[in-house]
Order: sequence, then C-alpha cells, then structure tokens
Amino acid sequence: MNAPVSAPSDPAVSGLAVDPPVPDEREKLLEVRGLRTEFATSRGTVAAVRDVDLVVHRRERMAIVGESGSGKSAMAMSIVGLLQPPGRVVGGQVLLGGKDLRGLSDREWSKVRGRRISLVFQDAMSALDPIRTIGSQMTESIRTHQAISKRVARSQAVDLLGEVGVSNARQRLSDYPHQYSGGMRQRVLIAMALANSPELVIADEPTTALDVTTQAQVLELLDRLVTDRGAALMLITHNLGIVAGYCDIVKVMYFGKFVEESTSAELFRAPAHPYSRELSKCVLRTDQEVQGRLATIPGSLPDPTEPVTGCSFEPRCPVGHGNPLCRGTEPVMLPFGPPQADHRSSCHFSGKLTADADS
Amino acid sequence: MTPASTIPGGGPVAAPSGSDTDILLRVQGLCKSFGGGRGKLFGRERALVRAVNDVSFEVKRGQTLGLVGESGSGKSTAASCVLRLQQPDAGRVELDGIDVLAQSQGGLRQLRSRMQMVFQDPYGSLDPRFSVLKLVEEPLLVHGVRDPEERRTRALSTLERVGLSPHQAERNAHAFSGGQRQRIAIARALVLNPDLVVLDEPVTALDVSVQAQVLNLLVDLQRDLGLTYLFIVHDLAVARYVCHRIAVMRLGRIVELADSDELFSHPIHPYTNSLLLAAPVPDPEVMRTVRAALQAGQGAGSATGIGDGDVQDRLEAQRDASAMADLTEVRPGHWVAR
Repeated sequence: MNAPVSAPSDPAVSGLAVDPPVPDEREKLLEVRGLRTEFATSRGTVAAVRDVDLVVHRRERMAIVGESGSGKSAMAMSIVGLLQPPGRVVGGQVLLGGKDLRGLSDREWSKVRGRRISLVFQDAMSALDPIRTIGSQMTESIRTHQAISKRVARSQAVDLLGEVGVSNARQRLSDYPHQYSGGMRQRVLIAMALANSPELVIADEPTTALDVTTQAQVLELLDRLVTDRGAALMLITHNLGIVAGYCDIVKVMYFGKFVEESTSAELFRAPAHPYSRELSKCVLRTDQEVQGRLATIPGSLPDPTEPVTGCSFEPRCPVGHGNPLCRGTEPVMLPFGPPQADHRSSCHFSGKLTADADS
Repeated sequence: MTPASTIPGGGPVAAPSGSDTDILLRVQGLCKSFGGGRGKLFGRERALVRAVNDVSFEVKRGQTLGLVGESGSGKSTAASCVLRLQQPDAGRVELDGIDVLAQSQGGLRQLRSRMQMVFQDPYGSLDPRFSVLKLVEEPLLVHGVRDPEERRTRALSTLERVGLSPHQAERNAHAFSGGQRQRIAIARALVLNPDLVVLDEPVTALDVSVQAQVLNLLVDLQRDLGLTYLFIVHDLAVARYVCHRIAVMRLGRIVELADSDELFSHPIHPYTNSLLLAAPVPDPEVMRTVRAALQAGQGAGSATGIGDGDVQDRLEAQRDASAMADLTEVRPGHWVAR
C-alpha cells in the first residue's frame, strides 16, 4: 500500500502553514454565526441562506441535507468565499479556528482554500481544466501550498493517484481529464482536495453524477482519506441513504434555514421536525416493499420574494397547516431528547412529535 | 410448465402461462453496435462497442417492465431501438404483433402514435416559448388531427388527467417547476392514446418529494388507461416500486430477468447483488452492515470484475460478457446469465 503522502505528521509537507494543534474530538474547527446570503433577481432580493448558525468540530462528519432550493450549496459557497454574483453574503461571521474568513483578500484566501479547507464538487469535468494534463493540475495544486520542487510534487501526485485507486498512476498523470471516466475524475478531485492535508473537506453532492456502484467506491474512498488525514467532512447531499452511511451529524435544511439537527442515529430513529419526517417517508428503499401509494409532500417551497412570517413549512405541513401559532410565529431551534443526541428542531410541535415516537 | 431451457436468442420464449395476446411488446435478439471500422479523419482503427448485444424481452399488456442498469449498460439504446429512433443492427421488435422494424416510413408514423416516449430532462425536452396547451396539441397536429377544436379539447382533457388545470395550460412551460414539467411531458406522450409508453429515467432529475408525486401519477395512469410501460431506470428502489418485471442490464446484455418481487427476494446474478449492495439505504444500522460488506470487497465492481470502467476496461469486460452463456431459467420466470 502507498503511505499517505501528506499525512499531518509528515514533516515534508507541513512546510508552509503552521501545523494545527493536536486535534481534540470536540474542538471547534469552523463556526458560522448568523450567515445571511442574498441573490439579486429581477423580482427583487431573495435570501438563499437566512441567518444560519453552524459549528463543525474537528474530525466530525457532518451532513447538510436538503432538496433543491434549500440553500445548501449557496451556504457552502458563502463559507468558502466563492459565491458568485448576483449572490452576496450580507451578514454573519465565518470563523475558522477563531479567525473570521469574511473580508479576506484573494491572497489570504489562497492560503486557506485548498490548504485548510478543500472542496469537492459534483461536476469533476468542469472543476478540472480540460486542456491541461491531470499531472500538471495536481502538481500545481500541491505546489501552491508546499514549497517543494516540481519533481517532488510530481512524485507526490503519483502516490496520491495510486492511493485513490488509479492504476498506472505514473503514466496516467500525462492524460487529460476527458481520458478519465467520471468516477476516476472524481477520484482525482478527491486526491487533489486532500493533497495538502486540509482540516475541513466540503463535498457538495460529490457522487450525484456517478453510477451507484461507483458512488459506493468513491464514498468509501472519501471516508478513508478523510479519516487517514484527520480532517472534518461537511457532506452536502439530498440522499438520506448516504447520510445514514457516512455521516455522524445531520443538519436538515429547508428554505435557507436549518430546521433540525442531531446525530444521524437519532435523526433516523426519531425525526422531530415534520419536514424531516415527511422527507424520510418519501424515500424509496431497495430493501423494503411499498404497498399502495407513495407518501408525498404537497405543494412547493414558498415564494422567496415574499417576506416570511411564521414557519416556512407551515403551508405544506401535516401537523401545523393552518395553525395560527405556526402562521404567526417563526419557530426557533430548541433542544430535546437525550443530551448526547444533540437534538434540536425548529418546530412548535417537535416535543410532542418525538414524545409520540418514543411512546 | 415447460422445462427450464436455454434459447439461442438469449431470452425467454413466450411465457407458457399466457396467451400471445397478453404480450404487447416482444423484443428478440436485439443488437446495436457503435464504432468499428476505421476513423474518417486519421484512419485509425476504432473500437467496436456492442451497446446492445442480443437482448430479448417481453412486456405484458398493462404492465411495466424495468430496464435497470448503470450508464453504458445499453438500457437507453435498447429502448430507442424499440421505438426505432435508432435502427438496430439485428433483431425483431413486435408491437401487438406488428413488426416495427419492417415498417415503411408511413407505417412507422402510424405506429408511433401507439408508442410514445418521456425523457429524463424536463427542462430540455419542452420548448420554453410555447404554451403548455400548444406543447400538448403539437403531437396531435403531427399525427393529422386537423380540427383545432378537437385538438384543444383532447389536450385539455389530457392535461387534466396529469393534474394541470386549463388555467395553467395557457402559461409557458418555463414558468413550471421540474415536477410540473414532467407532468406536461407525460401529457404530450398520452394525448395520442398510446398503448406503450417508454419512460427514460422520468423521475431521476426530480427532488425526492416530487419524485413520489410523479411516480404516483404514473401508477394511476397505468391503472386507469391500461397503459404498458417500458421503464428505463438506474435506481433499483424506484424500479422495485413501479415495475412488475425487471431486466437487469450490464454491458449491453440482460444478466437477470425476473418478476420484481422475485428479483428482490432472490437476486442471483453477482452484478444484481452488487447493485443492490451499493444502493444506499436511509438506515444507519443497515448501512453499517452494507459498508462492512463493501470494505470486505463484496459488490461495487470487485464482484463484477469492473468498477467504473473507461473504454479499455469496458472492452475487456465486454469480451467476458460475450463469453457468458445465454439466460437460463433457474426458477419459474426467473432468468439468469450463467
């Protein structure tokens, strides 16, 4: 087996940045406070991320779950400072190791992105430059963060490619992205994301474009590399099966806000927010037969150009639809259940719903 | 019951239980290759890819057959050969006893009104400049319904069937969400009163809550209108819900063919098993077991000898696949490649 090229303990790679302190299970790595992101549209300003709070601890595997329009990708891009106009972060703080990332210059960002926080996107083809070889892109991304020669970087790239399961790695460095299959390109992106031993990997639907058997391989790979390097993982996905398999903590996002968060075990055992409950009912499983009609969530997301009053899920909610409390008062995140489950939900009726589930 | 048998064509003969009129679609020995020969520009030898390699299946009237497989399995190519959107190299396709491949252009046009297709991408398959009503009237116009009043009436009633109001029919397609667009695409397919609808990944691009709505609609329409579906899908969980019978395809061949209940309770082919193992399930307990199996090297490519192959891998695996024997009936109605 190939030794991990750039494990945190390897003195050859710690070159540029200061080594992070010895990781502690509950040490805060990333803290987001009151993040608000808006998009200017022809119909007015639309908030995609609405005052979100979030803490990622070291070595944590966190899932951000939501359907399209939930704001999960906009949130990720806001965190790493890559949100493109007409999107704009209008409020809040993004603290990495206690330092605010908002307002960093491009130069300062380049020391954070790819070094301390890495990204893996869904579409590997557009994340890679089609007219440059895989090898030149990998060595460049390694040398951006490490003061090493091209030759050393290239040999690191060979080791990395081998580690992510590309056979004939030395030869295949001279290939172009289109000569790789979709799954192999995604492996290359993961290799590049982990090349500089980041503290946090943000993966946005990293396997959505892949076949199911390839997806399983790529997720296993991502999981192994993140563990080996001692990094934390923020996995953005719409797939509850992936959450159940690969994440310890889940945050469910709806209409720009988290509506529920807990350990995955607890969320799948006793979902407390009506949206999470309804969503999990809609998911078809290969290991269960469904008789009769499928559960659905009626209606659609609220009009984002209208001001929000009350709970944004109320119009579609089987519990609170039409309830004056839900219509008039926006619920806040409140804890319940066993403390070790870290379970919070923003629903006026969550306490009752979980009590029913437990009885 | 006839004894288990292997047919040279690679597929099962007509089910002994049913008479011929139960079968709406019969496909036998279908083949379609791409490439081969020499490239036009540099004269280099091009690899011959057997996209569909000797595929046979039948679909009973009013039922759903799923063609399940990953990208490159040939499921979409097989379907487009059935509709003769592509000309197969060999094989036979019969719709209600009519030889589809032998039809002249005129005959094919008539036949097309009886077999329609719904595509995956609800954004790409509808012209955004047209009103919904016009989009649904268009197939009628193409198929010679000259009376505008009749076209309008039929389009509106079809739209109502898929859950869209006359008021919505006046709006442009781009004003609709993904799920509603898929309803419009389904209405376009149904307005001609087809017998067979080929659905190519119709819910793949949709969010899970919307996916459930569209699947419910498809099931209702089948029941109410007696439709027969050929359902192309990569998601086994969706196939399990919608399909009466499922053909698992890999590298252009059917590797396993069985009734849905039978396939999920007794999967036999290693490839079917690796697909089942790789499909994530929303249950942390189950996933622990699944991942242990994945890490132990079961499924996900290793069991099948191929993972996410590029062309070279594919060609090698294709030779293996071709070497595989034809389908054998191992239990009643359950056929497996050996």
